[in-house]
This record gives sequence, structure tokens and C-alpha cells, in this order.
Amino acid sequence: MSMDDLKTSRRGFLMSSAAAGGALLAAGTARAEGADPLITEVQDWASGLGDGVDATPYGMPIEFEADVVRRNVPWLTADPISSINFTPIHALDGTITPQGCAFERHHSGAIELRKEDYRLMINGLVDKPLVFAYADLERFPRENHVYFCECAANTGMEWAGAQLNGAQFTHGMIHNMEYSGVPLRTLLEEAGMDAAGDLSDKWVYVEGADASSNGRSIPMEKALDDVLVAFKANGEALRKEHGYPVRLVVPGWEGNMWVKWLRRIEITDHAVESREETSKYTDTLADGTSRKWTWVMDAKSVVTSPSPQSPITHGPGPLVITGLAWSGHGAITGVDVSIDGGANWQKARLAKPGAKMALTRFYLDIDWDGSEMLLQSRAHDETGYVQPTKAQLREVRGLNSVYHNNCIQTWHVNTDGSAENVEVS
Amino acid sequence: MSKFPKFIAGTALATLIAAPAVADVYGLGREALPEEIAAWNVDISPDGSNLPEGSGSVEDGEILFSDNCAACHGEFAEGAGNWPKLAGGDDTLANDDPVKTVGSYWPYLSTVFDYVHRSMPFGAAQTLSYDDTYAITAYILYSNFLVDDDFVLSKETFMDVEMPNADGFIIDDRAETEYTQFTEANACYENCKDSVEITMRATVLDVTPETEEEASVQDASEEAPVEVAAAETEAPAEEAAAPAMAEPDPELVAAGENVFKKCKACHKVGEGAKNGTGPMLNGIIGHPAGAVEGFKYSSGLQDAAAGGLVWDQAAMTQFLTKPRDFIKGTKMSFVGLKDQEDIDAVIAYLSTFE
Ligand code: HEC
Ligand code: HEC
Repeated sequence: MSMDDLKTSRRGFLMSSAAAGGALLAAGTARAEGADPLITEVQDWASGLGDGVDATPYGMPIEFEADVVRRNVPWLTADPISSINFTPIHALDGTITPQGCAFERHHSGAIELRKEDYRLMINGLVDKPLVFAYADLERFPRENHVYFCECAANTGMEWAGAQLNGAQFTHGMIHNMEYSGVPLRTLLEEAGMDAAGDLSDKWVYVEGADASSNGRSIPMEKALDDVLVAFKANGEALRKEHGYPVRLVVPGWEGNMWVKWLRRIEITDHAVESREETSKYTDTLADGTSRKWTWVMDAKSVVTSPSPQSPITHGPGPLVITGLAWSGHGAITGVDVSIDGGANWQKARLAKPGAKMALTRFYLDIDWDGSEMLLQSRAHDETGYVQPTKAQLREVRGLNSVYHNNCIQTWHVNTDGSAENVEVS
Repeated sequence: MSKFPKFIAGTALATLIAAPAVADVYGLGREALPEEIAAWNVDISPDGSNLPEGSGSVEDGEILFSDNCAACHGEFAEGAGNWPKLAGGDDTLANDDPVKTVGSYWPYLSTVFDYVHRSMPFGAAQTLSYDDTYAITAYILYSNFLVDDDFVLSKETFMDVEMPNADGFIIDDRAETEYTQFTEANACYENCKDSVEITMRATVLDVTPETEEEASVQDASEEAPVEVAAAETEAPAEEAAAPAMAEPDPELVAAGENVFKKCKACHKVGEGAKNGTGPMLNGIIGHPAGAVEGFKYSSGLQDAAAGGLVWDQAAMTQFLTKPRDFIKGTKMSFVGLKDQEDIDAVIAYLSTFE
């Protein structure tokens, strides 16, 4: 293989999608030369029969969508058992993430835990330490809420510079589901909190049943506010990889706190300072000191299409620019889009008004003239916060913060419709 | 004033923590028994509260670490390959590439004890005794030059150890340093820049996984079950050459695939399997020990191989029951499998890979 071949194959994806774009352009246009045989000739599917019911008792996406899957970046970690993969956000629309393609992060692999073997303990500064079986949890009054779950390391590889070429890889450590579960507050009240005395300086330590026994300390104010002990997502049981049968949902806060396979809840009078809240998930600043307890995910947005994995395949004319915005501080109130690298901004259309700690879909429908674009999006949330640029964040934090990178992302869209992850001045 | 940052916008702390006079109680669940609480309530806090009785020396820790941890974290806790480094990195936190280890970064010793005891070794977590955990923790401190070689760590000496980066952390200050400037008032909408230049491109670094290649890997793994089935039907022909080994029962193979999860961190099987922490294991059953190309075996295993060890059912069973008893000085840091059923299953599973 020559150097040139190598280059083409490395960039194969971009090239082939651009080429495919050309082909689609011919095939996909409604202004065909002659009559379209897809219309004038009777097609197999219009004549023969399709699958009967029960062909797939639990349906999977049709084979033509087989590339819309989670992917990982093998060089990031030593082993896929303690690793992360990414949601294909470049290929999804709306806001709800299907469970089957929602990113996974495990510290000791995704375990199989039967509901029958599930136990949840509440102990520490409670009036009566309790043990619940799974069936007990289903007897408490339940709530439904849609929330995003974002890993604190989402976009973390981009601190030092543009690295990964695709919205899936730069922003795909996020998913957004409708959870059904019991407020944590209800369970804490069931155990009684008189023993804890003044609650304002108390903590709730939560821990998982897997070998990593991921444990995190949550201040009582948050625990009593909106944290859910969830067992369903998007209407069905949680998937194994998301903590079946029970996970914690900590709205707006970093994903590591959403403990999967939740097995224990302890009221304490201090933060436990577990490995996941000291060695990891702390943000090192330029001078070497590190921030801890950086729980909230600040407002952020990204254009999901066009983007490197979702190039423009139709040439000039009507173009839908779309993306996602979210904030751990509450609802998204607006999203601005720039096509010139941040020199000028226009208001995008929100598909629905922003909801608290949930993904918001935005659209900007333009008449693309076929010229290059430097696409950016900028989120605003209900606290008046506006998503910063990478330069602004670096100014405060330096280059080694790893976590909580919520900077404005730039895609360079070429005249052929292909797109690339870039940084701009 | 609460010691917490103001993170819940617009929610007064008072309304949240002022629990209703009579909270609803549903009478669900049952009281946790003291021995149940003792079994799970093992987290250790920075002030050393909840530390168990026990002790362990640097000297004992060195051997335990070598046996249980070094395969991934290196003999001196310096890290092997891409696995985490636990020692070194002093004074690098303000550098371009900070090296964060127990010595350079971790603020509390309690976290080391707690994490090692509950989460390590990877693949055999929650198997270390308290004494062993004290000893290994002492050895990690020693590897970081934080204690002398005659140090003994115990509940009593625990709080004497000083962690170099104990004062290296501040509580989230984004409210003061960031939220005040990233505001509507400071947002620009028109003519915000004179010129816009591209200063960096992801394709220059080119570290994105190749989508097409990944897709074909994906296909391969989806096809795997078919390959396994094919291997099974071909087995009789192979069997004539290899020492008699019963044809694997598909159910046992499936159970073995599940048991193999315990091995996966170190061993790969199947098409394209490469050596990792341990050698790749294609074709291992019925074949001579210590023969995988490119893998650096321990001298213990090399000796056994020189003595003619072949991985038949009996040898594998003994090895997997207690690896270190069967091969003295093996560097396979794995406690062993307790159930004969699991051993039979994993052998059946391995026998499907040629
Ligand atoms: C098979 C490989 C393997 C073995 C053996 C192993 N570890 Fe680990 N260790 C890991 C992995 C992987 C992680 C990171 C886990 C994660 O992502 O949460 C880790 C993390 C750690 C950490 C935290 C590192 C950090 O920077 O946060 C410590 C401490 C540690 N191991 C100690 C030990 C000790 C002590 C032993 C032996 C008793 C041991 N490990 C055995 C693979 C291993
Ligand atoms: C923590 C890493 C680790 C785990 C987990 C592990 N192994 Fe190993 N294994 C090794 C290493 C390292 C060697 C090489 C031993 C030596 O050179 O002494 C090895 C060697 C072997 C060998 C001998 C290979 C040869 O070429 O002679 C077999 C067979 C084996 N392991 C099977 C297993 C099985 C089955 C499991 C799971 C039940 C398992 N191992 C779990 C690390 C591991």
C-alpha cells in the first residue's frame, strides 16, 4: 500500500461520504431526466409480501440503519471493560435517545443483576436502616421525568485542541431519556431522618453493586430536591448497560453520580471523598490546584448536522442545520447559530420550549449558497448563562481540566458539503 | 450559611430541608440487620472513621502487590502499558501533561485503602483481606517515597501519613470565576470578530477511529456465533490429532463465555486476538504451555513448559483452581475459580477457538 493509498483509506470515511453525496445527488433529486422507474414500474415490495408479525418479537432498527450505533475510541482506555462509548448523536433527531444506542460508561463492565437478586440498603444517620427488594420499590408513588445524562468527560479530549472528527466522538457522551422511578426523598423519609438532625450539612453517599462499587457523595439539598431512584427508561426496563434493574438519576449533574446497579444509600455528615470524587472527576487548573465537587453540567450545545459524520449530500439550496442544547442549571431559553465562525449570530428555532435539565432540539433552516461555513452554536439557559468559547474557558482553567468542557464547537463545512472539526481564532 | 456552593438556582435551602411535619411513611422494606450493614457499609472516610482493625507492612505489601497488582500497575506501581500509574508524577500538576497518581494527586489516604479494598484487583474485587489491604496500601505509599521500607500501616498509624497534595483542592468556584462573565450582558451578536482563521484541524492529528473499519469489526463480532458453531462441527476432525477432549456441549460453551468475562481483562480470544496482559488464548486447550508467540512468560511458566506441561483438561483444572499453587512464580494475578462447573465451562468455551 502506498502512502497515498494510506491517506485515502484513513480519510476514507470523509471521502466516500462525499462521493456518496454526489451519487445521492443524482439519485435523490426529484427532477429526474426521464420517468422514474421507482414510480412507473411495480416494485417487489409493492407486489410480494413483507414479514409477518412476530418476525422480531423485540424489534431492532431496519438493516439500512446499521451504522447508527454506539462507537468507542479504543486508544482512550486500556480495556473495553473500563471504558466509554459514544451516542450517535449525528444521526438522531428529536431529543429522546433510544436506549440501544445511548452511550455506556463502565468501570468494571456491565453486570447482569436479576430483579430477584436486587437489594437496596439505606443506612447511616437514619432512624431505621432499611433493606428494599426490587418489588418494594415499585410500591412507592412514582414520577416520570425526562433528563439528560452527560459524562463529565464529554468533549474532554478537545481541551488541548481539535482531536476527534465527529459529533458522536466530541459530544456523544450524552443521552436523554424519560425515567420512571421513586424520588430519593421518598425513600429517605421512609427510613426517617430525625437521627440526622440538621440536614443542611448532611450528605447522601450512594454506591453501586458492581465490582467497581462506584460511590459518590451527594449533598442533602440535592438529594431532597429532584434525585430519582429509577427503574424504567423510555417506558421499558433499564438496559443492563445502564444499570438494570435500578439506577440513580441526578438531574443536571455529571453522569458518574448517576450510580448504576444502585445498592446502598447512606446518610453521612461528610463527603466520603471516594476515588471517583478525588482521583477522578476533579478539574485541574493551570496552576496545578484542582476544583472538586464540580457537579453541575453547565449549558452547552452542538450542531449535530451538518457535521463530520453527517455531511451535506444535496448541494446548494434548502438546508436544515440542527443540533442539541442542554443545561444542568435548568431550561434552555435560546440557541444562537453562527455560520461564519462566531462573527455573526442568528437565533435558531427551538423545536419545543426548553425543559429543565433535558435536551432541547434546535433548527436553523437556511438557503445554503454552497460556500464554506464555519458552523457554531451557542446555548443560553434560564440563569442568564451563555455558553463560552474554548478560549474563554482556557483563560480561566488552562488546558488540563479534562472534565466539564462546555465550549462552543466549530465545524468547517466545505463547498462539497463535507465537514471537519476545527478550532478558529 | 451552607458550606455548599449555591448550585440550586432559585431554590431556597430552607424549603427543601424543612421536611413536612408528617412525612408519608409506607411501611415498605424491612429493617437492615447489623451483620448486613457491616457487610456493605465499608466505605472509609478521610478522618479514618470506619477503618477496620488490622495492619500490614511494606514488606508484605511488596509481595502481595507483585502477585495481585503488578500485571497491570507495574512492579513499582509505575503502571504497565495503558493501565493506571499509581506512583510517580511528583510536582507535575501544573505541567502540560500532569501525571496524577496516589502520590502526586490523591488528597486522602482513606481513598486508597477504600478503593483497593472494594474495587481492586480488577476482575477479582472484594477478595482482599483487611490486613492485605493495609499491606498493599503501605507498599503503594512506599512506591511513592512517602514512607520507609520498614513502615507498617494500621488503624493506629493511618492518620500519621501525610499526602503531598492534601491541600491541592478547592471547592467548585465556577459561580465566581465563570458564571459572572459568561452572561447575556457580555454576549455579542454582530460583527464580533474582524476576521476568523482556522487555527487547528482534527484531521491533522487524525486520531478518530475509522468508521468503516469499525463497522466491519462490528460485523465480524455479530458473525462470531456462526464461527463458533462452525468450529464445533469441525471439531471431530481436529480431535483425531489432539488428545481426546469431549466435544463441547453448546450450553456449557455458553456458560463458559460468561465465565470468561473474568479473564477478558487480560486474555483475548477469537479472530485477530492479540496478546495483552496475558497471552491470547486461541487454540490453548490441548496444546503445550508457554508457546504463544511474542508473549513474555514468567520464568515459572517457562520452567513448567520446559518440563512438558500441556494444557489438557486436568492441567487447566488445577491451574485455574489455584494458579499460583500450580505454577510457582506465575505472573497471572488471578485468584482462581472456585466452582468446578465454571472451570469446565470456561475450558469448553476455550476449546472452541482454534
Ligand atoms: C487486570 C488489570 C488490573 C489489576 C490486576 C489491578 N488493577 Fe488496579 N486498576 C485497573 C484498572 C482498569 C483501573 C481503572 C478502573 C476504572 O476505570 O475505574 C485500576 C485502577 C486502580 C487504582 C486507581 C487509579 C487512579 O488513578 O484512580 C488503584 C489505586 C488501583 N487500581 C490499585 C490496584 C491494586 C492495589 C491492585 C492489586 C490488589 C490492582 N489495582 C490490580 C486494572 C487493574
Ligand atoms: C489479571 C490478568 C489475568 C487474568 C484475570 C487471567 N489471566 Fe491467565 N494469564 C495471565 C498472565 C499474565 C499469564 C502468563 C503467566 C506467566 O507467564 O506466568 C496468563 C496465563 C494463562 C494461561 C497459560 C497460557 C500459556 O500460553 O501457557 C492460561 C491457560 C490462562 N492464563 C487462562 C486464564 C483463564 C481461563 C482466566 C479466567 C478464568 C485467566 N487466565 C485470567 C493473566 C491473567
